[in-house]
Amino acid sequence: MTEFTHPGLYVHVPFCKTKCPYCDFYSVTSLSSIQDWLEAIKREMLLYRDRFSRFDSLYLGGGTPSLLPDHDLAELHHHLLRCFSFSSDTEFTVEVNPDDIHSSKLVALRDLGVNRISMGVQSFDDQDLRFLKRRHTADQAVKAIDGLIGAAFAKVGLDLMYGLPGQTESSWLKTLEQATSFNPEHISCYQLTAEERTPFGMLRARGEIKLPDEETGSTFFILTSAFLEEKGYLHYEISNFARGEENLCRHNLKYWHRDPYLGLGPSAHSYQAGSRWWNLRDLEVYCRALAEGKPPVAGLETLTPEQVYLETILLGFRTREGVDREIFRNRPGTEEVLRHLRQAGLVHNVSGRVVPTVKGFLVADSLPLLFAG
Amino acid sequence: MIKIRNFSIIAHIDHGKSTLADRMIQGAGLVEQRLFRDQILDSMDLERERGITIKSHTITLPYVSRSGENFALNLLDTPGHVDFSYEVSRALASCDGVLLLVDASQGVQAQTLSNLYKAMEHDLTVLPVINKIDLPSADVARVKEQIDQELGLDPDLAILCSAKDGIGIEEILEAIVERIPEPKGLPENPLAALIFDARYDSFRGAIVSCRLFEGTVRPGDVIRFMSNQATYKVEEVGIFRLSREPRDQLSAGEVGYIISGVKTVSDTRIGDTITLHSNPTPAPLPGFKDVKPVVFSSLYPISSEDYPSLSDSLEKYKLNDAAFVYQKDSSAALGQGFRCGFLGLLHLEIVQERLEREYDQAFIMTVPSVQYQFTLEEGSTISVDNPQYYPDPIAIASSAEPYIRASIIAPERYLGAIMKLCMERRGVNSRFNYPAPGRLEILFDMPLAEVIVDFYDKLKTVTQGYGSFDYELIGYRESNLVKLDILVNGEKVDALSLIVHSDRAREWAVQVCDRLQEEIPRHQFKIAIQGAIGGKIISRSTVNPFRKDVTSKCYGGDITRKRKLLEKQKKGKRKMKMVGSVMIPQSAFVAVLKTKND
Repeated sequence: MTEFTHPGLYVHVPFCKTKCPYCDFYSVTSLSSIQDWLEAIKREMLLYRDRFSRFDSLYLGGGTPSLLPDHDLAELHHHLLRCFSFSSDTEFTVEVNPDDIHSSKLVALRDLGVNRISMGVQSFDDQDLRFLKRRHTADQAVKAIDGLIGAAFAKVGLDLMYGLPGQTESSWLKTLEQATSFNPEHISCYQLTAEERTPFGMLRARGEIKLPDEETGSTFFILTSAFLEEKGYLHYEISNFARGEENLCRHNLKYWHRDPYLGLGPSAHSYQAGSRWWNLRDLEVYCRALAEGKPPVAGLETLTPEQVYLETILLGFRTREGVDREIFRNRPGTEEVLRHLRQAGLVHNVSGRVVPTVKGFLVADSLPLLFAG
Repeated sequence: MIKIRNFSIIAHIDHGKSTLADRMIQGAGLVEQRLFRDQILDSMDLERERGITIKSHTITLPYVSRSGENFALNLLDTPGHVDFSYEVSRALASCDGVLLLVDASQGVQAQTLSNLYKAMEHDLTVLPVINKIDLPSADVARVKEQIDQELGLDPDLAILCSAKDGIGIEEILEAIVERIPEPKGLPENPLAALIFDARYDSFRGAIVSCRLFEGTVRPGDVIRFMSNQATYKVEEVGIFRLSREPRDQLSAGEVGYIISGVKTVSDTRIGDTITLHSNPTPAPLPGFKDVKPVVFSSLYPISSEDYPSLSDSLEKYKLNDAAFVYQKDSSAALGQGFRCGFLGLLHLEIVQERLEREYDQAFIMTVPSVQYQFTLEEGSTISVDNPQYYPDPIAIASSAEPYIRASIIAPERYLGAIMKLCMERRGVNSRFNYPAPGRLEILFDMPLAEVIVDFYDKLKTVTQGYGSFDYELIGYRESNLVKLDILVNGEKVDALSLIVHSDRAREWAVQVCDRLQEEIPRHQFKIAIQGAIGGKIISRSTVNPFRKDVTSKCYGGDITRKRKLLEKQKKGKRKMKMVGSVMIPQSAFVAVLKTKND
């Protein structure tokens, strides 16, 4: 990307009422630390005060940002505006859980200027929701979405999950059908994975839960893509669908485009000018570092040109924009690989770019290796 | 005056040869108990691990007999595999007698017999020794009967021993002194020394092990190698203890070493005769053969940047293994490499393992080939040991391949299984001998190509370890040869090409396709593996693509981790060979050599 791009700002809100057994994002369940966290975040903001240009996306993720009391949310927002500048059309997303949605919360979010809500629905099937240990039911999800629509947020995104044990193609299609009935601007569909350090990961290691095999996973993936494309959604990233170009998630695109972003809060990652750094993961340690006036950074890397190349292809093959063909110039053997991938129906050429097909998306994790080395 | 005895120990595998040698070394007081480690003569790790002797070793044991006389007992150890039968024959030619070791519980076995024949060919005095008499299953009476009936030796002269417990060692040493004849030859005659081993020391050059039949050699003498007339000035002579021990001279009857600054390995050939330049012996000692490689294979570095290092290692290795030959080679699929020649398949495996272990090289080795002959329409005959140089089929008038006379000795009950195996391997003209009751020698004329890959292993399997195998080359015979190519996604993998008899082509092609199917990891696309002769596909297999490997989430916190994984995979990829867009692991090139159910 040679043209100028605005950076994005991410704030990690590491609090949850209960932990979902599949989630490996960092969060704690002791809400009493919210004040410490808020104080720390405020200090962290000061560290980056003049180091980023005008942001055009702000994303509150977690954890469960909708757990924050309204006044804390307002205070956070107030300080963000004091420290950083935002363009007038900033995309302001907040992740919410259906059980936190009530009219006063919606008003509070609206008043702050939130214009995009991303709701963790996961499923419209109560059996699925119980398995995932979500705190809401399908009914509550429906009511919460109705509330969002009533509050007239510009953009609504729903997160769904497939590949659950016991889930059938038809039960998944029912969830998709119900999600699209609300006509949301954005839908994310994640295949359930059992990451090692999560409760599900441990259950799977002990053989107590069994996730669908590769074949089933691929069937669901293709089914999902076809269903949502049919409903007018663009399959613009492995797990993300948008109702038209104007509804792509601007903030997340920055990750995939390797645009600059600043991440605040424990475990958040930042990237600027070829360097990436990441914060301490433990909330207490994070807060202590800032209290002592130290940057809460756990690690930093400066990318070599080869690493930039690897990241460009590994991220590029995950999106419908694909990879600029120019990048393969002077890389012997890549033409041959491209020819094979085209023959296999995994990529095609679109105006100077190598773009993955849906089949290509399925194997996007291993495509970069073919162009590496 | 020290008297000399030259002898060797021969035995069926596992009958305790190395243990007995160790015990005799201990008995001679050459090594202190606390420094002793098992199987001293098997000095290479590889030898100790495989339990076979690859390079022969020699040691001189001092011994005072019961009658009070001083002796130097020269024990010549011999390698135990058909690939090295020439080395064995030269070592035996340097002896005057052998200890024939028989396990007290297992009795006479195939190799006991074939080894006895070898000793008898050289007119050696044979002392039967019954070992492992400490075993509860030992049956000395039965073994004595076998020694009488099957070996035709006097059972009353058999010495009973337990090398493990050190029983009977002195009796053996006494018998060597009493019954093995004293070497003949006169120190004042012109020098005639038989080279039976040579090794290379990077500081001293070649260290030649030899038996002096006539004459005397001293430092300062100018010696001549009679096969090529090369002359060198002797720097040092001596005998072998646990390490080399210099002496003023070596004389007729003695066994020892000569160092003469020989840096050209090809100048020291096993079986050659050394004489004095100023006073040469009129004729060389009999039995010299120019050992030529019969099995050929190419070596390619896994990563092309390792080519110089592989080249360097081969050069160094060659100094220690005169039988090994190599030259540059290149492949479209595998890049720059080397074409190598070996004495046989075990020799090939040993070179492979030593390059890997001692020289830390990682390489791919192609399917071994023999040397074929093609007579072209225009009249000339060419030799081809590399499928790359298979001539244009329409230009071939006739083709021929080397044949061997295979000799298999086994108990009679395995006749059916052995016949079947040999006939599958295109064996013809079978004959039988009954060297002893219940024991069968089967002779077959067979193409060498049929035994170089896995014949010996197969024979061991079908005879439950009782079959022994030996062969000699008997010349070329006309044969219908074709070149089999292997294609991966339409691209020829030249390193997998093979010249093969047309009757065996399909079988081989199917095997290679199956093996590659198992070894090549799934890719993003379907991989077709085909065997083809000319343009005709004769076998195929398919590696199905994987369907889904993508992870759902990739946000700010995932990118570094994903890139690191990719960097790791990239390193692993260097160990793969790219054929078009297909990554073929090194293991696939090895796996095609192995038949099923191994």
